[in-house]
Parts: sequence; C-alpha cells; structure tokens
Amino acid sequence: MHMKKLTTLACAAAIASLSGVANAQISDGMVKIGVLTDLSGTYSDLAGSGAVLATQMAIDDFIAEAKPNFKIEMVSADHQNKADIASTKAREWFEREGVDTATELVTTSVALAVMKVAKEKNRIALMSGPASTPITNEQCNDVSVHYTYDTYSLANGTAKAVTKQGGKTWFFLTADYAFGQALEKDSSAVVVANGGKVLGSVRHPFPASDFSSFLLQAQASGAQIIGLANAGADTTNAIKQAAEFGITPKQSLAGLLMFITDVHSLGLKSTQTMYLTTGFYWDLNDATRAWSKRYFDKQKRMPSMVQAGQYSSVLHYLRAVKAAGTDEAGKVMAQMKKTPINDFFAKNGQIREDGRMIHDMYLVQVKKPEESKYPWDYYHVRQTIPAAEAFQPLSESRCSLVKK
Amino acid sequence: MKNNDSVFTRIMPFLFGLLFLIGLVAPFAVYPTFLMKILCFGLFACAFNLLLGFAGLLSFGHAAFLGTAGYVCGMLVRDVGVTPEIGLIGGTVAAGLLGWLFGVLAIRRTGIYFAMITLALAQMVYFVVLQVRATGGEDGFQGVPRGNLFGLIDLSNNISMYYLVFAVFCIGFFIIYRTVHSPFGQILKAIRENEPRAISLGYDVTKFKLMAFIISASLAGLAGATKTLVFQLASLTDVHWHTSGEVVLMTLLGGLGTILGPLVGAGTVVSLQTELADIVGSWVTVIMGSIFVICVMLFRRGIVGEIQALIQRAGIR
Amino acid sequence: MEIFGVPSALLGSQLLVGLINGSFYAILSLGLAIIFGLLNIINFAHGAQYMMGAFVAWIALTKFGINYWVALLVAPIVVGALGVLLERTMLRKLYKLDHLYGLLLTFGLALIFEGVFRDQYGISGQSYPVPELLEGGVNLGFMYLPIYRGWIVIAALAVCFGTWFMIEKTKLGAYLRAGTENPQMVQALGINVPLLITFTYGYGVALAAFAGVLAAPVYQVNPLMGSNLIIVVFAVVVIGGMGSIMGAILTGLGLGLIEGLTRVFYPEGSAVVVFIIMVIVLLVRPAGLFGKA
Repeated sequence: MHMKKLTTLACAAAIASLSGVANAQISDGMVKIGVLTDLSGTYSDLAGSGAVLATQMAIDDFIAEAKPNFKIEMVSADHQNKADIASTKAREWFEREGVDTATELVTTSVALAVMKVAKEKNRIALMSGPASTPITNEQCNDVSVHYTYDTYSLANGTAKAVTKQGGKTWFFLTADYAFGQALEKDSSAVVVANGGKVLGSVRHPFPASDFSSFLLQAQASGAQIIGLANAGADTTNAIKQAAEFGITPKQSLAGLLMFITDVHSLGLKSTQTMYLTTGFYWDLNDATRAWSKRYFDKQKRMPSMVQAGQYSSVLHYLRAVKAAGTDEAGKVMAQMKKTPINDFFAKNGQIREDGRMIHDMYLVQVKKPEESKYPWDYYHVRQTIPAAEAFQPLSESRCSLVKK
Repeated sequence: MKNNDSVFTRIMPFLFGLLFLIGLVAPFAVYPTFLMKILCFGLFACAFNLLLGFAGLLSFGHAAFLGTAGYVCGMLVRDVGVTPEIGLIGGTVAAGLLGWLFGVLAIRRTGIYFAMITLALAQMVYFVVLQVRATGGEDGFQGVPRGNLFGLIDLSNNISMYYLVFAVFCIGFFIIYRTVHSPFGQILKAIRENEPRAISLGYDVTKFKLMAFIISASLAGLAGATKTLVFQLASLTDVHWHTSGEVVLMTLLGGLGTILGPLVGAGTVVSLQTELADIVGSWVTVIMGSIFVICVMLFRRGIVGEIQALIQRAGIR
Repeated sequence: MEIFGVPSALLGSQLLVGLINGSFYAILSLGLAIIFGLLNIINFAHGAQYMMGAFVAWIALTKFGINYWVALLVAPIVVGALGVLLERTMLRKLYKLDHLYGLLLTFGLALIFEGVFRDQYGISGQSYPVPELLEGGVNLGFMYLPIYRGWIVIAALAVCFGTWFMIEKTKLGAYLRAGTENPQMVQALGINVPLLITFTYGYGVALAAFAGVLAAPVYQVNPLMGSNLIIVVFAVVVIGGMGSIMGAILTGLGLGLIEGLTRVFYPEGSAVVVFIIMVIVLLVRPAGLFGKA
C-alpha cells in the first residue's frame, strides 16, 4: 500500500516537473477543440447543438478542476452531413486555425473522411456520434477514437438479450444501405449464436416514410421479434405504424439503433416495452443525474448518449493533454490509451489499440406510460453489459493496428 | 446592343488576363482547399450554364454526371491504381457516355418535361450508386490517394494540387468559351431563341442539342473527377438531387447565360456554406432559402448579369 | 393460394396499403396540378406546405387543445392563407417569366419553411395521436386494417373528386378553366382573374395542408417529412400530364398500387420505380398519360 502511494506520488511529481518543460510543446500555448457536427440535419437532435454545449461544459469543468496553464478554445461548425464539407472544414481547421482535435463527427461518411484528414495532419479525431464499425476495423488509424457506441455493441446487446429472453424467431426490417445491412448482419449472427432463428428480412429504401407494406411482410412472417435495422425517422415511423397495424404488442419490436431522442419524440405509448441498448442513460445514478441536470438547465432536453459521450471524450482528451504536457497527437493518444476513463459516463473505460473506447453498456426496456413518474423517465435498466462483452472482441478485429 | 457587345469584347481579354493572374497568385493569399472547391463547383456550374444559359435546356439531373465521374475517377485511382490524369480522363469519359445516354432519352422533350426526365434518370443513377457495393454506399467512397501527376508531381502538396485544379478549370472554361463563341454556339442560341426557325433553316436541332448536352455532361464530370481528387472522396451527396438544385442556384445567383456568372455564383454559394456553417449553425438552410427568394424577386439577372447591365447602361450614356 | 410465391392474402393487403399511399399521392399531386394548370408555377414548396399542415394540427392540439376534426378544417385554412399571402406578395410577379423562376422561388421558400420549423421543433419529430373515433381496426380476413387508414382513403377520395367536380362541372370551375385559356377574355367579362388565381393557389396549398393533417397521426410530424415526398409527387404529376386534374388523381392512386406491388417483389426498388415509369411514359407519351400534347 505504502509503496503504491509512494510511486503514485513520485509519478505525480515527475509529471509535474515534466509539464513545466513540456508546456512549451503545446502549440501556440493553446489547445483548440473543433466540434464538427450536424447542426441542421437528421442528427441535429441526438448530436448537434447539444454536443457543442457538452463540449463547452467539459472545457469549463476542466479549467475549474485542473487550472491548466494553457488556453483552451472551442470552434464549432455544421457539416450538413456532407463528407466534402466536413473534410474541407477539418483540413482548414488543422492547417490554418491550429485546431488540435476534431470531435463529434456524427454520420459515418463524415467520420471516415475526417479520420483520413486527421491522420494526414497528425491530429486527433474524437468520434462520439458515428455508429459504423469500419471506423475501428478496415478504416482504423492511430489518431482516432471511437468513443460512445457502435452498431456492433447496440445490435449485440439488444439481439442477445432479447433472444435469451425467449424471442427466438426474428424478422428484420432493414434500411437498404451499408449501415442497415451491417446492423442486420451483426444482429443475425448474435441471434443465431444464442439459439434463435432468422426467418427473413425485407430491405426498405432509405429514407422511407410509409412502412405499412414492409410491416405487413414482417407480420406475415410470423416472427416473434421484428428487428429494426434502421435509424432516425425510419425507426420512429416504423414503430409508430407497427402499433397502428396491430402488429405490436402481438409481435415485439427490437430497435437496433435507437436514442432517447427517438423515444422522447414517439412517446411511451408507441414505444413501451421495447428493448434497446444504450451507452448512457441520464437517470442511471447520482453522478449521471447531477451532470444531466446541469445539461438540462441549459438545453431544456435531457442528453443523448452521444452528447454525454462527447463531454466525456473531450474531458478525457484535455486531461491527457495536461498529463502529457503536449498537444502532439501521438503523445496525447498514448496518454489517452494508457489512462482509464472514470467519470459519470464511463467506469474504467479504456481505449483499445484499434481506437475503440470500451465501457459498460446498458440494456434498457422502455417504460409503460403509467410507470413513468416524471419528465424523461423513460427506461428500466434491465442489465449492465460489461465492457468486455459489449464490444466487438479484438480477436475479430479487421483493424491493421491490432497485433495478432 | 451591337455597340455594347463590342465594349465587352474589348474588355474581356483584359478581364480574363486579370482573373488568370489572380488565379495564379490566389493560393498564397486564400486557403487553397477552399479555392479548389470553388473552382470545382465553378466548373460544374459553368458546364451547367452552357446547357441552360446558352441552349435553354434546364437539366435537373446534373448531379448524376458530377457524381458518376467522381466515383469512376476514385475507383480508377484507388482500386486500379492509375495516375491522377488517367483518373480525370476516365471520369470525364464516363460522364460523357452517361450524358449521351441521358441526352438520347431526354433531348426530344422540352421545358419542364426535359427537366423532369433528367431528374428521373438522375434518381436512377442515385439508386444504382446507393445499391452497388463498390461505391461504399452511405459511407462514401473514401481514401482516394491524390497520387503523382504523370507519375512525377506529388499532388499531396496543396499548392501543386491547386495548380492542377486551376489548369483543369482553365481548360474546361476555355472549352466552354470556345463552344459559346463558335458557330456551333451561335446555332445553339438560335435554337434557344426560336427553335422552329432553326429547324426551318435546315439545322438538325436534335443533334445540336445532344452535342451541347454531352459537352456539358462531360465537363460536369471533369469537375466531379477533380473534386474527388481534391477531397480524396466521393459521396452520395454528389449524386443527390439537392446537388442538382444547388447548381441551378449557383448559376442563377451568378448570372444565367453570362460567361463568368456561374463561377461567381459557385464562389458565393460555397463561401456561404463553409463560412456560415461556423457562424449561424442551423440557420444555414434558411439563409440559403432566403438568397433564392431574394435573387428571384430582386435580381433575376444574377450578380454578373446585373453588373453587365450597369456597364451597358453606363456605356449607352 | 400463392401468386409468384407470394401468398394472395399478403398481396391483397399490399394492394390495399398501396391504395392508401396512393391517396396521399393523389391529393398532393392534385394540388400541384391545379397550381400548375392555372398559375403555370411549379410549386416546389408543396412538400413544405404539407409538412406545415401537419405541424399546424399538432400545434393546435398541444397548445390550444383543438381536436383533429377541427384541425382538419383549420390547418388547411391557416396554411392556405399563408399561400394566399405568398401569391399576393411574390408569385404574382413571376407569371410572365419562365417556369424556372417560379420553381426556384418556391424551392427557396421550402428551404426557409423547413429550416424555421426545424429550428423551432427539432428534427426528431412529434407524435400526433389517432383521433379517438377512428382508433382500432377491423379484421378484413386477409389483413388487419386500421380504421384510420380506411378513413384516409375515404377522405382523400372525397376531396379529390369534390375538387374535380368543382373544376369540371361548376360555374366557378368554368371561370377557372376559361381563366387559364384566355385571361383577357375572362377579365373582359367582368370576372376578377387575379383574385381567381390567388384563390386557386390558396386552394392548392390548402390541399397540401389537408394531406398533412391526414398524415399527422400515421407519420411522425417532422420538419422534413415533405422534402423527399415532393420529388415523387412531381413525378406523379408529370406522368399524369402536367395540369391534368383527373390525370393527377388517377396516376396518384395507380402509382400507389404499383409501388405497393414493388414493395413485395423488389422492395429495394420501390423508391425508384416511379422514376422508371416516368421515363417510360414520357418516352411513349411526351405529354403524360392524360395530358394534351
């Protein structure tokens, strides 16, 4: 015990003495954080201005906690879900404005484009919003962190739990593009691995607004569970119409990519008893409630997991910059990877070599209207999925950084 | 009118020379990636303008050419491993062929039917791009290397990339300028003004229109292929109908049927999109919409068109 | 029984669902066709006005407690009045110009409307409950039909054919039709043509808003709900023949059915089938199915 304490002290002293020298290494004496998000499109509710607010909160909290002797600045921009706008903006930030990290980056095409620019310019990409697994597989690189969630963890969590609880036969309603297909593929594998059976699937065009024909096909399949391998407005419309056609509650829906914003907009009446997986829920414990309340006071909405993850990732980044005494990407990444993440968002979170941040995920079930006691009281937390099980294991990784 | 035309003819060489010089030094004053984007969309809008402004054909599917060429160029450079110039040529040829196909199907229709048929065909292209695995679908076609031009000049340097884009733009612009001022261009204008008359004069109107369409499509493709090299990616946005709408806005805002208007329009729209994104956040679309409305209500001739009108009025005095 | 490997019960239900969607197409394309026929304006804001209809209904319910049935009347009037305002202040100045300008102006307006609503109400959308009277469903044997969906078909068809009757068979409609053919002549007969045109635009917009209210209980009320629909509805109008009233109605219903079938046999293609049909129709009949060449 004594020894341990001593070494910690020694380390702290060493770091403190180092940081005196190292401060010179923070470019322009300033750490600049860019929030590149969707402020106007499909993802503006689950990321958007809320993510900008979360970033500002992280910066303020860090300044209060660590009293750093470097300045911190934030810039934000709307990438309008266009990869070329995002890549131009990121390039400009890195090349001309001395931005050290591009963060949030919701939607995969944007994330992949910015990751490439970050690698080229040796800056860091912190991704809280995007969902697809190629980010930490085929397209992975050593300056990127995929922070909050991914399709694997959501599909895995939900499909496994639902199958184990007796939902043995599945039918998928899949958005017909890469992301939806990946979601279907990942979930199917989990369903089969847990003794379930996939009866079929229907691919609907993206985006679609009327799901009745697809739902009728799902109904005709007789499957117990209809897996919704889509996102955003597609998911909400499908859920709403499933209730309308009397498909639920006879057959159950499983949302493979759902956010609290979706539940909020649909209301509990159409979403009740659905299972979904999330990386964060505001009403989990005192720490999450305390932070979320501060967030709520400013945004008038409870945070989504993307927004909470955004706060956590920025705070972790800033702490790493201070500890490493530099904002050089390689050193900060090394620092971020070796330090466990402990805050209201993650307990012992860890960034793996493929850039995947692993932390506990939560399987939740949407409450019935009569069970909801106060605003935003939406979920029963049914199960905590330990970090080690929640994400794609490194042994299955297709990332070139993973040594096998 | 004649008189004023000659005023412009006299000014034009100087103006082009001046703009050329500005283009040469610009990357040292303004952020090169930003300039490259303007030049790519500028060429795209100029190509579109060749069709709408000089031949009177409103295509609502030009994104198909921009995007197809972008994907083809990207695949050639990234997956086949050819040098960038081959990628550019490949993309352009692909867009030209697609343009020929669109043209054959659409060219006999006029007005709104022409616009709708091009839109429909472009939607099909969008569908194909979304479905085919090789394009990366929603994730976009990422990680296209800029490579070495002719196997010699390293394009990963922004300045050398800029001069390639600038050269491409100048070539494209020159082709458009020559086309407009050739006998071919005169016949196009004649068709635009009075099609029955052009027919009665013995011109094969369909053939001329089709030629114009193919040239326009190829140049739009050239712009798209260049864009892919600059940004090292092609995405669904490039083939989406919103992009087809955007190019109409650029052309109209800059000045329909003016030779420089589309470039000015593209510059304005691109700057607004990039710069406004930081300042006004979610209000970008509202502001873009307002510009549309103001432009249509107050200055239909567009920026360059209004300036020309001013000069003309001054010239008359 | 099976048809091409698809159970006939499923096929029947798909056709019915197609008909329901077709009713939306019909009512939206009808509005577009009327506006185009009389004003020569391609109303790109139609999708946004449809969205606004749904939002007005939602706001009326949540803020003022106005129920669905009243909203069905109020929302079209409110949105239609806004349309009248637009026509008076802006569109009016564009009639003598190329189609292009009307299209661009309304495109800009659509962007503004959608942007403002998005900023006010967010992107995830709002839920509008099915009115109590129409809750539940009936089992038709081959499918479970929600009563509300049945109501959509009835309401849409009633409005569509009512409109058709008004234009083709009444005196007001005769003025309208004459006004498009020869405005000076009609003006000379002492009829206020500009007023007639204003009314027409307002009515076309009100139709869009009516469709919006009908849609509110089945789709999420979302600022972008009309932005992708508009392209399909355009295609419907073009296939039917620009400006043809009956063409718009019948094509809307027909395309709903065809789309429904595509969703069974080749679901991925259901978003593009309408465009394929459009190209084919325009190649064979340049003025559309019901248009005058």
